[in-house]
Amino acid sequence: MATLEIRDLHVTVDTENGVKEILRGVDLTVKAGETHAIMGPNGSGKSTLAYSIAGHPKYTVTQGTVTLDGQDVLAMKVDQRARAGIFLAMQYPIEVPGVTVSNFLRTAKTAIDGEAPKLRLWVKQMKAAMAELRMDPDFADRNVNEGFSGGEKKRHEILQMELLHPKMAILDETDSGLDVDALKVVSEGVNRAAAGGDVGVLLITHYTRILRYIKPDFVHVFIEGRIVEEGGSELADRLEDEGYDRFVKVEA
Amino acid sequence: MTVAQETAPQSPMTQRPGAKGHTDSGAAFVPDQSRAERLTSYDVADFPVPGGREEDWRFTPVDRLGGLFQVEPTDESRLTFEVFAPQGVEIGEAKVGDPVFGSVLRPADRASAAAWAGAEKATLVTIPNEVELSESVRITMTGDRGSGQRPPRVNGHLIVDVGRFAKATVVLTHKGSAECATNVELRVGDGADLTFVTVQEWDDDAIHLAQNDALVGRDAKLKHVTVTLGGEIVRVCTNVRYSGPGGYANAIGVYFADAGQHQEHRLFVDHETPSCVSNVEYKGALQGDSAHTVWIGDVLIRATAEGTSTYELNRNLILTDGARADSVPNLEIETGEIIGAGHASATGRFDDEQLFYLESRGIPQDEARRLVVRGFFADIVNRIGVPEVQEHLMTAIDAELSLSIGPASV
Repeated sequence: MATLEIRDLHVTVDTENGVKEILRGVDLTVKAGETHAIMGPNGSGKSTLAYSIAGHPKYTVTQGTVTLDGQDVLAMKVDQRARAGIFLAMQYPIEVPGVTVSNFLRTAKTAIDGEAPKLRLWVKQMKAAMAELRMDPDFADRNVNEGFSGGEKKRHEILQMELLHPKMAILDETDSGLDVDALKVVSEGVNRAAAGGDVGVLLITHYTRILRYIKPDFVHVFIEGRIVEEGGSELADRLEDEGYDRFVKVEA
Repeated sequence: MTVAQETAPQSPMTQRPGAKGHTDSGAAFVPDQSRAERLTSYDVADFPVPGGREEDWRFTPVDRLGGLFQVEPTDESRLTFEVFAPQGVEIGEAKVGDPVFGSVLRPADRASAAAWAGAEKATLVTIPNEVELSESVRITMTGDRGSGQRPPRVNGHLIVDVGRFAKATVVLTHKGSAECATNVELRVGDGADLTFVTVQEWDDDAIHLAQNDALVGRDAKLKHVTVTLGGEIVRVCTNVRYSGPGGYANAIGVYFADAGQHQEHRLFVDHETPSCVSNVEYKGALQGDSAHTVWIGDVLIRATAEGTSTYELNRNLILTDGARADSVPNLEIETGEIIGAGHASATGRFDDEQLFYLESRGIPQDEARRLVVRGFFADIVNRIGVPEVQEHLMTAIDAELSLSIGPASV
């Protein structure tokens, strides 16, 4: 069973005004079969945590460790992290002109599995996964994220998660910009992927809305680059009523 | 005849448009007031030997073009001309005095005029009225250096005459080693539909200067495709005019320059006739030290050309340090009564966010780069519409990429 361990993680980013520390000592353990929600106000560093785990070159880890089943994630290149089982569903997925969704998915699947999927089986799998996410079949022929609506981009992210079978799925504000119907479809996808119990989910969100459809086992409140409070799903309900003011004031 | 010698005076220009960023060195010259004023003539003597400061030669390494600016000497025996002609097409020759000879093209620079003077007859490809070819006409020009010190100096003249309501695809491929000056005349009859592809796949030592002129008839369609991959210096000037309203010209190009290569594409669409459409799209990639590409897109909409619609686009992807892409779109509009006119030009490097996105899905960086470059070319390659050319081109692009990125793993 996979375990992602984050210990005392400090991360900086270069800004116009010099180096700025965003993460200030994050400790978190996510095991396969668990769903963790990370909640916090804008600018608290939630997305930085997600991108740092995935290895975005913009972020510099200055202290701490990230391991997946004991393996040093921080020593891996971006693609190696993905092949080790880390998946990041992005808040703003990137357009890749001229590369079709089907070509992209097949290339990614081949890279993750270390061998090309059997063509007929793969096409069937892809079509089924797309149908479950209520995606039009001609979606596969479109260029990656090019001209996609906000909802289409998020469905495409979840499609990738379902097809690539990661050990750890980090969902960065997957709920943002979705209407209720799209939110349900996307949540169902996450729940399907999590149902087998062999994937850990780290759900990063600003709002509690998505937690009506995806039940977290643990909720972490993220303020100014670290986790300040942890609890069960009841903590989310409390945040729904009270907002983040309580924590922000404490910090101030 | 012996191998050509360099007879042109040395250029005073010693710098190549070199390692620095984009500078408008044209600012130092008095430009033509209008693109319409540019000289055309059949007489070589009307064009002084370029020194490199002229508007239309300022990007070109003219000091290496000496032989191509002179009519003599040439070594035509070193050029072979193979033609595959499907049923329905007529292959012949045209010479000075024949009505079709020079009915479309007037040399617009010294190299074209020299080629004109040097080629006494032209290969004539005729597609009779209302004939629709089911297969492409394929013409291959191959230069043979043999044991010569330099590539042989040769000329070429091709005329494609498409009758009214006829439909054809003609693919002209240049291979081997030569210092080659060519003129191509494309006559697209009323209501006709021509796809003309010119592929430059020369050996590394070849120098090729070409002028392609097209005359698009009433309600006719021309797709002019340029693919430049090989050769030391390749410069293709493509000029499009219309002989009646309703004409449509689509000029697309793909080029890939490696270390030491100079690839130059100059386009001029002259809208003189009302209600015609032009669409120009060129994309190029560059890799390696001193790889240099030049794209010039001139469009002139004359006062008589009401109802014109035109768009030009050039994109360049610089894959390594030390390469340089120049891109200059020019739009000259003499009437406000048009449907639309626009242009866009952009030169950039790999987009780090695109690479991160692909890599975060487990795709190794080399493979991610390959995907991005293939994707960059894909939309334009797919529009060529000649499957064998498209397949060959994507294979060639992969081969080029293996130089800077490493061989494909799949």
